[in-house]
Amino acid sequence: MKFVTVSGPPSSGKTAVILKTLAHLQTAGRKLGVVKFDCLSTLDDDIYQAAGIPVRKGLSGALCPDHYFVSNVEECVQWGLDEGLDVLVSESAGLCNRCSPYIRDVLAVCVIDNLSGIDTPRKIGPMLKSADIVIITKGDIVSQAEREVFAARVHRVNPRARIMHVNGITGQGSYEFSTLWEDGAEVATVEGKRLRFSMPAALCSYCLGETRIGSQYQMGNVRKIDLEAQADRQQGAPMTGPEMTGPEGESR
Amino acid sequence: MITTDTLRDLTVGELLERWPFAQSWLAERGAELGDDPALDLASTPAAAHFEDLSAFLAEMDAFLSSDEEQVDEITVVGGVDKDGAPEPVGELVARLGEVICIVGPTGSGKSRLLADIEWVARGDTPTGRRVSLNGREPDMKWRTSSEHKLVAQLSQNMNFVMDLSVGDFLALHADSRQAADPEAKIARIWEDANSLAGEPFALDTPVTSLSGGQSRALMIADTAVLSRSPVVLIDEIENAGIDRQKALDILVGQDKIVLMATHDPILALMGDRRVVINNGAMIDVIEPSALERANLDELRALDDRLMGLRHRLRNGERLDTVE
Repeated sequence: MKFVTVSGPPSSGKTAVILKTLAHLQTAGRKLGVVKFDCLSTLDDDIYQAAGIPVRKGLSGALCPDHYFVSNVEECVQWGLDEGLDVLVSESAGLCNRCSPYIRDVLAVCVIDNLSGIDTPRKIGPMLKSADIVIITKGDIVSQAEREVFAARVHRVNPRARIMHVNGITGQGSYEFSTLWEDGAEVATVEGKRLRFSMPAALCSYCLGETRIGSQYQMGNVRKIDLEAQADRQQGAPMTGPEMTGPEGESR
Repeated sequence: MITTDTLRDLTVGELLERWPFAQSWLAERGAELGDDPALDLASTPAAAHFEDLSAFLAEMDAFLSSDEEQVDEITVVGGVDKDGAPEPVGELVARLGEVICIVGPTGSGKSRLLADIEWVARGDTPTGRRVSLNGREPDMKWRTSSEHKLVAQLSQNMNFVMDLSVGDFLALHADSRQAADPEAKIARIWEDANSLAGEPFALDTPVTSLSGGQSRALMIADTAVLSRSPVVLIDEIENAGIDRQKALDILVGQDKIVLMATHDPILALMGDRRVVINNGAMIDVIEPSALERANLDELRALDDRLMGLRHRLRNGERLDTVE
């Protein structure tokens, strides 16, 4: 069975791209399935079902959807194998830019859209940097120049990835994309495989249900912004934005 | 192209501004340029090396802009239609400087034809078509590399979404292409765009506040000069606020092959040929006849009349008479 992990920021067009791409594989007679991960609720499973594609959904609730994904992915792969699928797709929740639900030796796809702004590729972490294929969407509504600039920015962040433009509405580029899925490696289990990049880390009082604000309530893995150091740095150049090195940074 | 004549007209300062690395190249040959930037290059020891120097600079320019093999010709070898029957047009050839129009009803397969070209199909798409470049099997880089895209696209739905001035926007694009001599290219694009658009705009105008015609003009001029893709695909060009013949001339003049999906009779007759698509196949290639071409003038006159009416409406006039 081919296994494809698809990730990307919210509303970048993950579901639309997956649907258009699966349609070509469906025509070719492949047996397909999708596992949709989300946080609180999703309607995507209805959309896949309406397209005649077997789907399972996982709602992480209060947990980080990425942690939830990696804790359940082997079971999902076994479900796909039991169903006799040719291609299984996992679609991530896509809630934060720190997401990185990619597994070594499993095809990793990041979906990102032209409208998200040209600084976005730099802001997205391992989700973009460690993907094998980067799909850029919504290319039909921005200029050729903006598409080229955006693709160049993506290329700078992840020079090894194959960058393709796919339109989730018209399906332009989805056939070509589908051929790369067929070329993906066979996966019989992900047991023992490793993540490409560590998950977002957290183990603090808030993870355990704390709701009060204040240092006295914070325990465990807590990190503070060094506001003073930033103030010092800013004095020399008041017009440049502060360099955030908070928990969303990658200094680990 | 840099020739010995180009060099003869330059001063030392002009040479070094554009090709700073020329100084060390000349020094290696014992030709010191001296300290006076206003000096004519021809009066310096560099004059003895003009032939080699012009070749060197041309090579460097080509390297810096990563100019690749020029695509002079694209051939689409026919495959099958939606029912699997052989495509009636066995071969479509589009050459550099040509404008090929694509006509056919919605859903007939126009997009698939363009997608086959963009993906340099090798019999591995639903149509079974094969695409060759310059008569040869194309390099796979056209499929895999984001730096080498065969097709640039322009359509009526496209907008600028960046919050930048025209000048900054073009500088950003030039930078992402690592274009040689960005200032000259930006000036060129801006001039070309203004020659296409009815109303002029400035370099410090925000791109998001350009009118529809100005936006399209800027997109066309920008694609012509800065995009590296040898093929430009146009999905109609609106009739308002832009000189369409000149737009095609600018693209074709920048060594592009233009493919244009259009149902506008004037645009269709401006093309060198038009391909008719139906049921997923190219069913005919029509070269405009002398009669058709002769009709172009009449169509333009009709068009002008309509434009005149629009103009009158805009000025608050009544259209009791439409002569």
